[in-house]
Amino acid sequence: MAASAPSGNVIAKYLPVYFVLLAIAVLEVFIAYRTTSTVSLLVILLALAVCGGALAVMYFMHLAQERRSLFLTLIPALIFVLLMMNMIWTDSFRLLHFRPFAH
Amino acid sequence: MAVHGYGAALMEASPFAIPSRKLTMWLFIISDAVTFGALLFGYGYLRTASPDWPAPFKFNPSILNVMIMTFVLVTSSLTMLGAVDSAKAGDKAKAGRFLWSTILLGVIFAGLHIREWFGLIDEGVRLFQNPWGSPLFGATFFSITGLHLLHVVSGVVAIAVVARKFARGSLTAGHVEATGLYWHFVDLVWMFVVPLIYLLNLSR
Repeated sequence: MAASAPSGNVIAKYLPVYFVLLAIAVLEVFIAYRTTSTVSLLVILLALAVCGGALAVMYFMHLAQERRSLFLTLIPALIFVLLMMNMIWTDSFRLLHFRPFAH
Repeated sequence: MAVHGYGAALMEASPFAIPSRKLTMWLFIISDAVTFGALLFGYGYLRTASPDWPAPFKFNPSILNVMIMTFVLVTSSLTMLGAVDSAKAGDKAKAGRFLWSTILLGVIFAGLHIREWFGLIDEGVRLFQNPWGSPLFGATFFSITGLHLLHVVSGVVAIAVVARKFARGSLTAGHVEATGLYWHFVDLVWMFVVPLIYLLNLSR
């Protein structure tokens, strides 16, 4: 086995993103208790979750440091598939009347 | 990126300039994100279509527990980053310490998750019944959080295997990095599960 080379403080550069992610988590709880409209709450919480997710993907998963071609291959495809799911989601309301748990 | 080894002359360099194991992990993550997306869309459909969807999560114990779980999981992502960077720097001892810290945090997260489940089961929540309203609440809650918990447990096992083999020298820093990508994805999914499953169903 090769000898280990000691490294410095390797996590210090990630601490800003770490604290922002924790702050987003606390902010979500605060907003959840302050907002009474479900639709408004859903929009705000999803926006915060997307911000937190983007930070995690770009800095924790280092996608910001990879070639742009990797980002352009992965992320638009994912968003496209999720949006297509959302398109057929409303159509599934028709099935509600055939489900045993509807009433 | 240079390509070495047998048949290297016949192979093109990766267009993404990353090793194949890392690209494979990214493709797995994207497909897994679609799986969780489908589950969360399905949950959204059922929740919107059910007028008596229950809102059972009180601040204490559920939301408090979830906040601790979030802290533990995000911190485990930080220790995983430490492991990846230490492994790349060739500091095996430090990488090992970070990896085992990540495992410990993963086990704590799973323990808190199971405690949350038992709390709800004690209150009468089952897969297709609960004391409050739409019977599908339990099905969606246990499916989505259960699949996430399965990912956490699988991740803990994978990190333990990688930690042992990396310490022995049979795996490289690249393997630690690919495992780290998976672990960060588990953290990422939790960032969507908490607001959609817990915070939208607060008991006020």
